[in-house]
Amino acid sequence: MRDRVLIVIGLLLFVSVVTYPMWHAAYAKTTAAGPQVKLPEQQKACVAPLAFMRASHMKLLADWREGAVRDGRLNYAGYDGKTYRVNLSSTCLGQCHTNKQEFCDRCHKYAAVSGPYCWDCHVEPASVARRMPTP
Amino acid sequence: MKITRKEFLHVAGLAAAGAGAARAVQASSCADPAAPQASPTAKRWGMVIDFQKCRAGSDCDDCLHACSAAHNIPDIADRQREVKWVWKERYEKVFPFQQSDYTRRAYEGHPLPVLCNQCASPACVRVCPTAATWKREDGIVMMDFHRCIGCRYCMAACPYGSRSFNWSDPRPHIRNLTAEFPTRTKGVVEKCNFCEERLANGRVPACVEACRQKAIVFGDLNDEKSAVRRLLRARHSIQRQPELGTGPSVFYLV
Repeated sequence: MRDRVLIVIGLLLFVSVVTYPMWHAAYAKTTAAGPQVKLPEQQKACVAPLAFMRASHMKLLADWREGAVRDGRLNYAGYDGKTYRVNLSSTCLGQCHTNKQEFCDRCHKYAAVSGPYCWDCHVEPASVARRMPTP
Repeated sequence: MKITRKEFLHVAGLAAAGAGAARAVQASSCADPAAPQASPTAKRWGMVIDFQKCRAGSDCDDCLHACSAAHNIPDIADRQREVKWVWKERYEKVFPFQQSDYTRRAYEGHPLPVLCNQCASPACVRVCPTAATWKREDGIVMMDFHRCIGCRYCMAACPYGSRSFNWSDPRPHIRNLTAEFPTRTKGVVEKCNFCEERLANGRVPACVEACRQKAIVFGDLNDEKSAVRRLLRARHSIQRQPELGTGPSVFYLV
């Protein structure tokens, strides 16, 4: 019976360690909700279905890059039958996802994606407008 | 028919000698790298700059500004770090081995616009270890910025100094940023691309469009009816250091 104190302390330690993820989640206000990306208002469909774009947009963009720069394939036949000009700045961001921060960045931040370095070179059209307000 | 071993060796030896001779003849015929390509439909973009019309000597910078604005070229004053696609060069630097004492006296110090010559046999392409620069079928020596590792072999190879290296992030030095063309990053080599992004949309290069003197003419060197070919037939033209065998696609009318 002299071990009672030790046993209780041990139990408490065990329970606190086992339930630590729950406490931490509650403290950090983590939820199961996904990233609140802002979808374009005017356009209803992307160049490819949602599931494909969600999982493989990086692959699609890499294919666009190779095709446009190296093989001169400047048009992309979308899944909806429309033809799109292959251009990250003026097609993706210019026509639909005009707010990079609320679309690209929000999801990348949620998924802890480091980079991508597209924007080291490619220019977000809205950032040009922000940099130089039209006189 | 039965063939003996001796006869077979005779025939095989003759065939091998014939094949070797054909190759040697081909090699010694010294094909001009700038000659029209085999495929009759293939384009070869070229440019003609009229020395007489160009007002580069009287502080005209129209082509330079148009190029900078179209391609997000940083404006860096330090000459060791500057980035240039089309720029002004003194006459004696442009044509160092094509002058007499008299032309030197007449034109020394006279500025001319120079740019990448889009060579038919480009030295930069041969040395690039990653195939980041290559020659397209239409003759444009293209640059894939994604693939450039910044080794600067191409800069060492280019006899015209047409390539520039980004020693630092160019974005702070860009005056008028455009979203139409990407910027580059630190550690990437860049050069004139003959405005391939404009050609793809059916437009002529920015410098050609901007020149008020119409001193720069652009067109297909493989098309006999093109404006560039007409000029090259009618006037005497020179290329920059043709003796190097690079086959420049940029011609100067003198």
